[in-house]
Amino acid sequence: MSAILSPGTEAPEFQLPVTPDQKISLSKLRGRPVVLAFYPADWSPVCGDQMALYNEVLSEFQKHGAELLGISVDGAWCHAAFAKDRRLHFPLLADFEPKGAVARLYGVYREADGMTERALFVIDKDGIIRWSHLSPIGVNPGADGILDALEALEQ
Amino acid sequence: MSILKNEVSDADHAQGHAEAACTLVEYGDYECPHCAHAYPIVKRVQKHFGDRLRFVFRNFPLTQIHYNAEAAAEVAEFAGSEGKFWQIHDLLFENQPRLSFELYEELCAEAGLDTTAMKEALDDGSFTARVRSDFTGGVRSGVNGTPTFFINGRRHNGPFEFDSLVRAIGESIAL
Repeated sequence: MSAILSPGTEAPEFQLPVTPDQKISLSKLRGRPVVLAFYPADWSPVCGDQMALYNEVLSEFQKHGAELLGISVDGAWCHAAFAKDRRLHFPLLADFEPKGAVARLYGVYREADGMTERALFVIDKDGIIRWSHLSPIGVNPGADGILDALEALEQ
Repeated sequence: MSILKNEVSDADHAQGHAEAACTLVEYGDYECPHCAHAYPIVKRVQKHFGDRLRFVFRNFPLTQIHYNAEAAAEVAEFAGSEGKFWQIHDLLFENQPRLSFELYEELCAEAGLDTTAMKEALDDGSFTARVRSDFTGGVRSGVNGTPTFFINGRRHNGPFEFDSLVRAIGESIAL
C-alpha cells in the first residue's frame, strides 16, 4: 500500500455518491476548508463513536467554515440507514464502486481486509492537504487534531 | 499523549481536597451505559485512595444518540447551582434507565430542590452554555467518547475497570 498523502500535497479530485441518487465532487467545495474522515465501516462500534462525536462537534467545524465529509466503502443505501439511525448531520460518501478507489488515491486503503484506514485529512480552501493523520484502526482519533489544523489554516 | 487543556478550577464540580496528590477528571454522559458502568467503579476508587484523590466530573453529552443526555446534564448543573450537584449526579446514574422529565422532577423533589425552577432552567437553557463549554473543552483535550478519564491531566487510555484505574492513579501518585 502506498503511504498516506502528506501535507503540502494537492488533494486528489474525486466524485462520489452522497445519497443513492446524488454525487459530490471535491472541487465543488473549493473556497472553504474540507475535513475528510475515512473510517473502516458503518455500524462498527468505534466508527459509530467517531462519527457520533463529529456530529456533536459539527458546529465547531462550521465556525471555521469547514465542510466535513465521512468516507467508507459502504454503499449509499447503507450510509443512508446508518446516518438516519445515528442522526448524522453531515454527508457520508460511498467509496463503493470501484471499491476503495478514492481511499487508494489518498493512500489509506487496506488491501488485506478491503476497508479504508481510519484516517483524517484537512484540506484548505485551495485544495491542498494541510494536515493528515492515520489512526490505529481500533482507535477513535477524536477531533482535537482536526480543530488544531483548522485553526492553523487561519494563521 | 492527550493532555487536559483546561485545568481544573473552582468552576468545576469536585469531590476531595484541591491539594490531593491526584486529580481524576471524568468526561461523562448521563445516558451513556459505559458511564453508568464506571459510576460505581469511580466510587470504589475514591474510597480506595481517600484523601489522596480529588474527583472532578465534566459534561460530555452525545446529544444526537442519547436523547436525554443534554437535559440530564443541565439538571445536574441546575442542582450544582443550588449546591446539590453530587446528589443529583449520583441519582441520575443510579436511575439511568428512567431518564425523563418525570424522573428529574422526582429526584429534584427528593433533594429538596425547587422543581419549578428546574423546569424553568431547562426551558430557558440556563445551563446550556455551561454544558457546551465542558464539551468543547473536552474535545480540545482529546476526549473521543465517554467516559474519558484524565489522571493528573493526562488521558487514561486503558480500561476503566477498578484495577486499571487504581494502578494508573497509583503510578501517577508515585511519580
